[in-house]
Amino acid sequence: MTHTDTAPMAWGTNKVTVTFGNTTALREVTLDAIPGQVTAVVGGDGAGKTTLLRTLVGRIRPQSGQVSAPASTDCGFMPTGASGVWQELTVDENIDFVAAAHHLTGRELARRRAELLTAAGLEKATDRLAGALSGGMRQKLAFCLAILHQPRLLILDEPSTGVDPVSRVDLWRLISRAAAGGAAVVMSTTYLDEAERSSTCIVLNRGKALASGTPQTILTHVPGTVTTGTAPSGPPELSWRRGRQTRSWHAGPARPGEQPILADMEDTVIALALADQRQES
Amino acid sequence: MWAMILKEFLELRRDRRTMVMIIALPLVLLVVFGYAANFKVTDVPTYVVGPKAEQVAAQLRAPFDVQRIDPDDTEQDGKDALRSQDAGAVVVTTDAAGPSTVLIDGSNQFAGQSAAAAALATNGMLKPEVLYNPDLKTSWVMVPALVGMIMAFIGTIITAIGLVRERQAGTLEQLAVMPFKASDVIVGKIVPYFVLAAFDMILVTVLGCLLFGVPFTGNALVLALGAALFLFTVLGLGVLISSVSQNQGQAMQMALMTMLPQILLSGMIFPLSAMAAGVRWIGYLFPLTYFNMISNGVMLRDAPLPSLAIPLGVLAGMALLVFTAAVLRFRRDLAPAAPKAARTPATAGSAR
Repeated sequence: MTHTDTAPMAWGTNKVTVTFGNTTALREVTLDAIPGQVTAVVGGDGAGKTTLLRTLVGRIRPQSGQVSAPASTDCGFMPTGASGVWQELTVDENIDFVAAAHHLTGRELARRRAELLTAAGLEKATDRLAGALSGGMRQKLAFCLAILHQPRLLILDEPSTGVDPVSRVDLWRLISRAAAGGAAVVMSTTYLDEAERSSTCIVLNRGKALASGTPQTILTHVPGTVTTGTAPSGPPELSWRRGRQTRSWHAGPARPGEQPILADMEDTVIALALADQRQES
Repeated sequence: MWAMILKEFLELRRDRRTMVMIIALPLVLLVVFGYAANFKVTDVPTYVVGPKAEQVAAQLRAPFDVQRIDPDDTEQDGKDALRSQDAGAVVVTTDAAGPSTVLIDGSNQFAGQSAAAAALATNGMLKPEVLYNPDLKTSWVMVPALVGMIMAFIGTIITAIGLVRERQAGTLEQLAVMPFKASDVIVGKIVPYFVLAAFDMILVTVLGCLLFGVPFTGNALVLALGAALFLFTVLGLGVLISSVSQNQGQAMQMALMTMLPQILLSGMIFPLSAMAAGVRWIGYLFPLTYFNMISNGVMLRDAPLPSLAIPLGVLAGMALLVFTAAVLRFRRDLAPAAPKAARTPATAGSAR
């Protein structure tokens, strides 16, 4: 891991490969974390999202490739499932502990505490045990802990999974604010509407980056053709439901009489995964 | 219903530790209670001193196991042998007519009882005089042993549970990415348990002396040294247990599996000298056995330091070994996961 003080610059991974025994968790994945921007890592379960973030934060040593991240004092990490909070401590005690680790004291701490807890809607819960908070509140506390010391690189592993829609809005506000404050934010998510709001996006599937770039770039580079209708227009394994509609995908250009639709992020990610599967087999 | 039964067996089979308990526990208990559970001491190592030593020694019967006869030795030499536990009983003979005095080590309760009963049954040949625990009170022997048991309890069970909680909650991962040095995390995690166990140890010792009138005849510093070495060993054990446990239940199960044999085979309940040799040697593998020797010796007999050199030395070795292993293991858990090589070249090839 390299540590440099020249800002602004990008951190991230460069052609990183991670293997666990016989399983390749990441295959030459490149990710840029740019100050002031939110990079979304999307993909299904087991795609390698958590592995990529843990590699970036220095918890996994890659087999090959380079990782560049600031020193741990300048990194903020929120692990998945709000597991970064101490459940037997109160909200305030959690903040005190993390503040002490970062040598944050006095007025500066008081200011950060008030600012973050108010923004997260936790200002009335300071005496409650973290374990007694609702899932959404605990996620927001985990976020506050990760960002308390104003890290330059903020890594969030599925911050909004399992969080109610209202808390998700709060969380996004906090995330945008952190990015606006100059932090490079990297977050994994399974919610593709969140990915569409990010500055850049990387789509992972089975450890491979299928696409990366701005959400707009990714949406305009959908492989093959996506159509919509009331029933699958091809093999059922190449179709998926979206509300009352059924989308269908095939690898080639639009066939005569077909009306390709403008795929949104969710359709795009599925189309990318299907195209990848087809290539592998 | 069959589906339910089958599912239960499948789950049990996957839970290897419970399987080990189901199979091993009855065997262990059978061995322990069959070979070790014996309160009756049949051999008490005996010295015979004083002018008529030879004559009296010739008349001694079991449980007196005469190991040394020295007409030139005095009563004081005999007492020194008892304090160092070189002997469990010393027969002091004099030129005068009448019974010889047999000095008995009461800090070894069951051997003491055996010897005292045997002496009273000699029709006036021997007059028993129990030292260090004149009334052969159980509490006097139990309090020093409890000190060790409580330290083992906190050191192993509470430490393992406290550490595994951090691991289970995922906050250990969080600590690893925070700007802490590995040594900060390790020391910070262990010191509170060390302090708590030390506090409890002092509490039990002081309360034991006040409530039960247990004497504290020896040097507190020697006991403190023994306690520190013992604590490092049991804390290390707790750390090691936590590193191979996924949740608090497993940690508890494993910690109890180390505690139970220690309590049964350390000489705390059943006297070591009454156990079958094979089981007794298992007892000698446990740190509690050695701490019991130290606490019992220091509190009741003011045992001279050289006589405690072996238990202190063994505990020091155990502490060094176990604690080092625990720290290394803990460091490994905090270090980033390194790429692991495939287990065999054959399977590595098939991965592609």
